[in-house]
Amino acid sequence: MNLSGEYRLPQPRQTVWNGLNDPLILRQCIPGCEELAKTSDTEFTAKVGLKIGPMTAKFTGKVTLTDLDPPNGYKIAGEGQGGVAGFGKGSAVVTLEEDGAGGTILKYTADSQVGGKMAQLGSRLIDATAKKLADEFFGKFTEVVSGPAAPANDSPATEPAAAGPAATPAGDGGGLPQSVWIVALIAAVGVVLWMVLGK
Amino acid sequence: MAVDGIGAAVKRKEDFRFLTGRGNYTDDLARPGQAHAYVVRSQAAHATLGKIGTAKALKAPGVVAVFTGADLAADNIGGLPCGWGIKNKDGSAMHEPAHPVLAVGKVRHVGDPIAVVIAETLAQAKDAAELLDIDMKELPAVANMREALKPGAPVVHDGGSGNVCFDWHLGDADAVAAAFKKAHKVAKIDLVNNRLVANAMEPRAAVGEFDRATGEYTLYTTSQNPHVIRLLMGAFVLHIPESRLRVFAPDVGGGFGSKIYHYAEEAIVTWASAKVGRPVKWTAERSESFLSDAHGRDHVTHAELALDKDGKFLALKVDTLSNMGAYLSTFAPAIPTYLYATLLAGVYTTPAIYAEVKAIFTNTVPVDAYRGAGRPEAAFLLERLVDIAAAEMGMDRVEIRRRNFIPSNAFPYQTPVALQYDSGDYNATLEGALKLADYKGFEARRADAKKRGKLRGIGISTYVEACGIAPSNIAGALGARAGLYECANVRVHPTGSITLFTGCHSHGQGHETTYAQLIAERLGVGLDQIEVSHGDTNKIPFGMGTYGSRSLAVGGTAVVKALDKIVDKAKKIAAHLMEAAEADIEFKDGKFTVAGTDKAKTFGEIALTAYVPHNFPLDKLEPGLDETAFYDPKNFTFPGGAHICEVEIDPETGVTKVVNFTAVDDVGRVINPMIVEGQVHGGVAQGIGQALYENCVYDDNGQLRSGSYMDYQMPRADDLPSFKVATAITLCTHNPLGVKGVGEVGAIGSPPAVINAVVDALKDHGVRHIDMPASPQKIWGIINGNRRMAAE
Repeated sequence: MNLSGEYRLPQPRQTVWNGLNDPLILRQCIPGCEELAKTSDTEFTAKVGLKIGPMTAKFTGKVTLTDLDPPNGYKIAGEGQGGVAGFGKGSAVVTLEEDGAGGTILKYTADSQVGGKMAQLGSRLIDATAKKLADEFFGKFTEVVSGPAAPANDSPATEPAAAGPAATPAGDGGGLPQSVWIVALIAAVGVVLWMVLGK
Repeated sequence: MAVDGIGAAVKRKEDFRFLTGRGNYTDDLARPGQAHAYVVRSQAAHATLGKIGTAKALKAPGVVAVFTGADLAADNIGGLPCGWGIKNKDGSAMHEPAHPVLAVGKVRHVGDPIAVVIAETLAQAKDAAELLDIDMKELPAVANMREALKPGAPVVHDGGSGNVCFDWHLGDADAVAAAFKKAHKVAKIDLVNNRLVANAMEPRAAVGEFDRATGEYTLYTTSQNPHVIRLLMGAFVLHIPESRLRVFAPDVGGGFGSKIYHYAEEAIVTWASAKVGRPVKWTAERSESFLSDAHGRDHVTHAELALDKDGKFLALKVDTLSNMGAYLSTFAPAIPTYLYATLLAGVYTTPAIYAEVKAIFTNTVPVDAYRGAGRPEAAFLLERLVDIAAAEMGMDRVEIRRRNFIPSNAFPYQTPVALQYDSGDYNATLEGALKLADYKGFEARRADAKKRGKLRGIGISTYVEACGIAPSNIAGALGARAGLYECANVRVHPTGSITLFTGCHSHGQGHETTYAQLIAERLGVGLDQIEVSHGDTNKIPFGMGTYGSRSLAVGGTAVVKALDKIVDKAKKIAAHLMEAAEADIEFKDGKFTVAGTDKAKTFGEIALTAYVPHNFPLDKLEPGLDETAFYDPKNFTFPGGAHICEVEIDPETGVTKVVNFTAVDDVGRVINPMIVEGQVHGGVAQGIGQALYENCVYDDNGQLRSGSYMDYQMPRADDLPSFKVATAITLCTHNPLGVKGVGEVGAIGSPPAVINAVVDALKDHGVRHIDMPASPQKIWGIINGNRRMAAE
């Protein structure tokens, strides 16, 4: 199936960027995420527990990144194994744009498939589940990045330092920019990916 | 007639145990020391299968053994055999790829068995199954037949011509082409006969047990034909002689065809029970049934009917693709050929018919017979096409049928597609149905529905089908690899009670009552003195089982033949006892009398004499009263009838409600009218299910999308009206009971009646045809002119 989505985050791109640089934030924001590990510059593994319709399962996933074009976007391909629950795999093109009003627009289009029990029992639920998980991720992400009081709108934020309390050990931000950022998107997508979709 | 004999609506003897929870099903069995098997199945529709690492699983708690295809190969275990070979148009043999018990090298459909884990408990087996290290690489898959025929499509089995299993034809192409040239009009249709899942209430189960002392294997299984399983599994798969293999199918909760076939799990538990030295039990979970029971139907067809100016049918040509799934199930090749194309004359005098059938392999569960098996596909095609022809000709739908019926004085009637119908009266069943359905009053009901905002439609189908597939010599010439006779052993016990051992199997049909009625009628013995034993190869001499509505026409005739022998011998004994000539002995209502005298002996007295032969013609007769007969029929039987369906569609929601359903069937002589009615009810319910609700859907990657009751909609009681059911019989001319068969008529006649009614209800919306199931989504789309939704 094809799934696409668009989120407008109130934070400026740089804030989003920094937030997405923080694995701790990501782990907090990816619904059901238990582990997130980088195995190479373009490969990650993750463990995510999820419920789709009648099924609850832990998915172990591998994500590979290609077409890296920081900070505009990349292509992310992943597959997740859920044991008896089945498997999901797919890819997504993700872009990050400034919205001209101080916020950031994240867009993705994903193409993916599920197999095994997930397809057999849950295929009708997967679109809705993926959307719900993506919404949960970005909702949580916005909340975490904005901090408790979070009046994010009036901060034009050209400076990472201005980016609010949750915005990470800023110094590390330069460390692994793209890759970690990507992982974040996995979150976004990740969500999408594992749970991913039938048609 | 005996009180409980032929024609009596006796309550079913077996129902007491079923209704009180006393039935004994395979999964109820707990053999001493039994271990539990869990079958690991492919989640991919098509993939290479490399090494399977079992080390971790073997160490898991409770695990007894783990077996893979390599272990079976090491024991020289064979593949699952196919029981029917079809020849291509050019005379060459069909492509018949190997069907391994556990996949080797490749998996070919979601659900293909890869390994079996045997443990102390089922939960332990399942947990250990997660520890298997299976090296699989997914390959592109193909689930759709048209896609499977395209160049470059993924190939399910190497060694054939792409994905074509066979390319077969029947009939006279030249005569058809000539007739089409003279046609006044041609009616055309493209249709899909939807894929179905049988969904028997009891999932399949099997228990294997090996006796180390005797070397005898026992398989308890959910089978419609235990002797066939013994033959196929013993001879082709496990190489166990019949003398050391017992197959027992105890109570079975519905089959509908899906329990005819020899399945991998039966061979696995039987073989494994000897390997692990313990009984091994496997029971399917419902979601496993969706992936491992043979599916039904799945045809894509284009057909054209040529008519003259009076609406007489001149010729029919049919081009069908039939989905075989990933492997050939036991009788799969016979279904879209000899049980489908041979029925394309239907109840009509169409003089020229030509059918081409291509069977296609896809990465889906194997497809085989499902209640009706080929005949519903033929009836649906014909009855949709006849309605379209009526519309093209501007003729009344009843009139066009009447005009083309095979007249009742034309029997025996030779069709252009190989069959010879022995008897029938299609006008009688149609007239009966029109009357019972109050067809004349329909327009008033339609007008009334309109006032209520509903679209009401009426649909008719007139059908013939073929039961009791036979005779063996002809079936053999057409590719059957088994005989098609039946066996009955009537054992009269010393005190006069009787056990019938029948090779047919009862899994809902009520044999224990119907057969007992045959015996009560003939021997004048009360039903409580008669037991019917079926399902155990150690008790029953032989048998081909129950499918194709054969149990009465073939199995019942074998009972009659055995009873003939019993009566013959009993008369000899009676003649001796009463010192009369055998020719003077009359037998009626359980009494032997000497003509013209008041001398009499009861059946019980004769039975006792047979086993306590103190005064017995030992010089001429052996003691005992126990006779066996095998019966191989001369022909199929040909039930037929007319079904009329009335629907109301809610245009706001697209929901179709069946508001009236009438079935008048000719099933030959009726032994038990209540059971006959029940069989029709069940068949009609399944036919309505196919027409309105049920649909088995795969995605383009071969993943089953409708693998549970959330997505596969079964008909429910509140979906169905109270059926009006009657019979209008003609007798079968070639069996002594005059019986034809009733098991499948409901599922054959009803789907076209329902769809014809739906199309009629939508006639103001320009609809010519709607494929099954006629879901609310499709109908709402049509009503609202939403073409995109209608196409989905």
